[in-house]
Amino acid sequence: MDNTQIEKMDNNSGASVLLADADVAIIGGGVVGCGVARRMAIEGASVVLIEKAADILDGASKGNSAILHTGFDAPPGSLEWKCVQDGHAEYLDICKSMKLPVLKTGALVTAWTEDEEERLQGVLEKGLENGVDDLRLLSRTEIHKMEPHLDSSVRAAISVPREYVIDPWSAPLAYLLQAVENDGKALFNAEVTGGDFDGSHWLLKTRRGKVRARYVVNCAGLYGDIVDHAALGNSEFVIKPRKGQFVVFDMAASKLINSIILPVPSERTKGIVLFPTIFGNMMVGPTAEEQDSRDDASVDKDVLNMLAEKAIKMLPALADIPVTATYAGIRPATERKEYRIIEDTERNWITLGGIRSTGLTSALGLGHHVHTLLSSMGASFEKREHVVTPTVPNLAEHLPRDCDEPGYGEVVCHCEMVTQREIEAVFAGKLPAGSLAGLKRRTRATMGRCQGFYCSARLAELTEGKFEIPLGVGDAHE
Amino acid sequence: MNDILKAGSCDVAIIGGGPAGISAAIELKKLGIDRIIVLERECEAGGIPRHCGHPPFGIREYGRILSGPAYAKKIVADSSLLGVEIALRTSVVSVGQGGLLSIICPDGATELRAKRVLLATGTRETPRSARFVSGGRPMGIYNTGALQSMVYLKNTIPFKRPIVVGTEIVSFSALFTCKKAGIQPVAMLEEKSSPTVRWPISLAAKFFAVPLHLDSHITKIIGHDRVTSVRFGNGHGSEKEIECDGVLFTGKFIPESSLARMGHIDIESGTGIPIVDQYGRCSDRTYYVAGNIAHHSAEVAGKCWRTGKTAAGWICKDLAGQLM
Ligand SMILES: Cc1cc2nc3c(=O)[nH]c(=O)nc-3n(C[C@H](O)[C@H](O)[C@H](O)COP(=O)(O)OP(=O)(O)OC[C@H]3O[C@@H](n4cnc5c(N)ncnc54)[C@H](O)[C@@H]3O)c2cc1C
Ligand SMILES: Cc1cc2nc3c(=O)[nH]c(=O)nc-3n(C[C@H](O)[C@H](O)[C@H](O)COP(=O)(O)OP(=O)(O)OC[C@H]3O[C@@H](n4cnc5c(N)ncnc54)[C@H](O)[C@@H]3O)c2cc1C
Repeated sequence: MDNTQIEKMDNNSGASVLLADADVAIIGGGVVGCGVARRMAIEGASVVLIEKAADILDGASKGNSAILHTGFDAPPGSLEWKCVQDGHAEYLDICKSMKLPVLKTGALVTAWTEDEEERLQGVLEKGLENGVDDLRLLSRTEIHKMEPHLDSSVRAAISVPREYVIDPWSAPLAYLLQAVENDGKALFNAEVTGGDFDGSHWLLKTRRGKVRARYVVNCAGLYGDIVDHAALGNSEFVIKPRKGQFVVFDMAASKLINSIILPVPSERTKGIVLFPTIFGNMMVGPTAEEQDSRDDASVDKDVLNMLAEKAIKMLPALADIPVTATYAGIRPATERKEYRIIEDTERNWITLGGIRSTGLTSALGLGHHVHTLLSSMGASFEKREHVVTPTVPNLAEHLPRDCDEPGYGEVVCHCEMVTQREIEAVFAGKLPAGSLAGLKRRTRATMGRCQGFYCSARLAELTEGKFEIPLGVGDAHE
Repeated sequence: MNDILKAGSCDVAIIGGGPAGISAAIELKKLGIDRIIVLERECEAGGIPRHCGHPPFGIREYGRILSGPAYAKKIVADSSLLGVEIALRTSVVSVGQGGLLSIICPDGATELRAKRVLLATGTRETPRSARFVSGGRPMGIYNTGALQSMVYLKNTIPFKRPIVVGTEIVSFSALFTCKKAGIQPVAMLEEKSSPTVRWPISLAAKFFAVPLHLDSHITKIIGHDRVTSVRFGNGHGSEKEIECDGVLFTGKFIPESSLARMGHIDIESGTGIPIVDQYGRCSDRTYYVAGNIAHHSAEVAGKCWRTGKTAAGWICKDLAGQLM
């Protein structure tokens, strides 16, 4: 019986049923939870990942900049720095075998004012201190040669050759898929509401039933503090949601830049970035706006206008390029800037909290860190002799897509060239999409210039009966 | 794969099997240009009328009133009688210098070299995103095109009580579709102080019992999974919130000219319409335009039909070496 079958059966039973019994339970299917699940499954633990939404990536991980960071600007010697570097290295290690794409863009830290120019030296030094030894100060001529469309008011820049762009949705999907393929399990629509520790095992309560596990890793992102409260009775940190809005430009803009254009970072944020996406677009963002809500990813007209203007100032040719999409993501920031890793060794509990703005990169590194922490708590697993390595379908624009391979049926989403075969495969796989958003993240459907003008109807048909919240809400004729 | 696609070359390739493309194909055949092909990415030709389940279509072309789908069927059937070949499920993914087209179809990727190319790819409405409308991104936010294809092609509805944004002709068409599908819009919003098209909209709004709010723009779309309400204001500080389960953004047409934009063909800054000379020829003179790709707003099918025919005439002259 595969996981989806088990899940469907569980769905009909009461909340007291035992859904899973595992070595390690991971709360939260954001990129961090998926990375931890993968690592622990490879290390030989039986894992179960518990997600409250109908699909993975329902929190902070659904809207980020998709940059694989080098850690050049991380606090030197910090855990964040270490996990970012480990994550960067491991991603490059596994991307070939898992068919995960990398766009080797490199980044330019650009200075536009005198003050920023002065601060570049510090950036260079910090980079060296962080072991990123290929940073280089560029002259204006060099900048112009690399980025001819960049506004000539740019004063100086540092090149960071190993900052790359990746696919922010396929990566975590691949991580969790690997956990599942190696005897792991994933539960959806299963919000963890509390739990009891009996001295050797946790019994977690979820909306759908119970989960028994020897160890628990709380990767609940934006809800990390709430989950700690519910299970441990207290939390050592408070989540301070910090929203970041983005504007995505038409694919025509991708001709205009080659690298990630970073500002000189400040203490508080990495700042507003102009960058290519792996899907062939170009984006500007994110902002950094404190807010109370943990899930209100609203966009704001004035902010979007500000972002577009800022982008056009840096890259004047953008003025003529239409906007394809707008969105926002929310960072699980806390009252402090560093990662908030809590170990409750008495109660076999680890919390990975406040993974604020580098989690996409550090997730694989955090997986190793969790393994180390669990080992020091006395957990020992027998490393898998045979690790199954699944692959994910390619969504990157610069690599062959499904439509390049004959026999795909029909193209359903014309702007992003998503085929019927691809969509059907999403529902046939081990981690089928649980929502329209999940389907979009697995295929790019409706994410292009027309935003569903042409394909919504066909998508409604192809997804009928698949989602709790369907596209169609009734028949057309009363 | 179709013979012309197999051969990899032809006299005229027409991108888009809507009214403009089909009419051009028919005219070219009549003018004796035989090696032509219509490339259409959908599973059926006919373009937008396929999902405009209401009259009036066909007055100019056939002197009778047809519904959109009946009209689409008729133009396709007529073209087939004349031997026009329409390659379906065939997407043109890029256009190159001198009429070289990159094509993707279920039989595989291929290239086609055409002596002349007609861009007849139509127009679409501006989606919510490009309008920079504040608020969340729940389900239930659509354009008229999506609504109409859901209703008329798939017999399903995306909402029951939406707010309709815009007062163009297409907004009128949207009200019609709602009525037919059992959808009751709760309000119609227009940013300007008067409707874009005057009489039919005010009349229609009254007829369909949809309150029309002028001087009104959305300040926030609210809802987690689905839209639950919309807040709108008049720009002078007064705001209203109306409960609804969807938002329909109508009109603000933008030409489907991304092939030109992504390629080498000059487009008008701002509108995105390919720049043409008096013959409808683009900056690369092997390319022509017809139909709604060449218009600032969505013109009716009859007019697009006519521009397709005109373009065919020029292309024919051009191939005979009669154009400068
Ligand atoms: C605007 C923005 C830009 C960014 N850019 C980058 C970048 O370029 N590069 C980079 O490396 N990082 C970037 N990041 C950071 C990265 O996205 C985050 O660090 C990462 O997403 C955090 O992931 P997470 O798994 O900790 O949290 P989340 O993604 O929030 O995952 C937590 C999951 O737990 C689930 N959950 C919550 N409560 C419960 C419960 N009670 N029971 C069960 N499940 C629960 C949620 O539904 C959610 O799916 C960016 C972030 C933002 C917001
Ligand atoms: C929502 C909406 C409602 C409308 N309602 C009416 C109405 O009620 N009455 C009326 O007269 N007019 C209406 N119109 C106007 C309509 O656009 C015209 O009737 C007419 O369809 C325009 O003809 P066309 O051939 O220019 O474009 P379209 O009919 O849009 O045809 C373009 C064709 O090109 C194809 N295509 C596009 N790109 C590619 C590519 N790269 N490769 C291959 N094929 C491609 C498309 O699939 C499509 O079939 C409406 C328009 C819209 C958008």
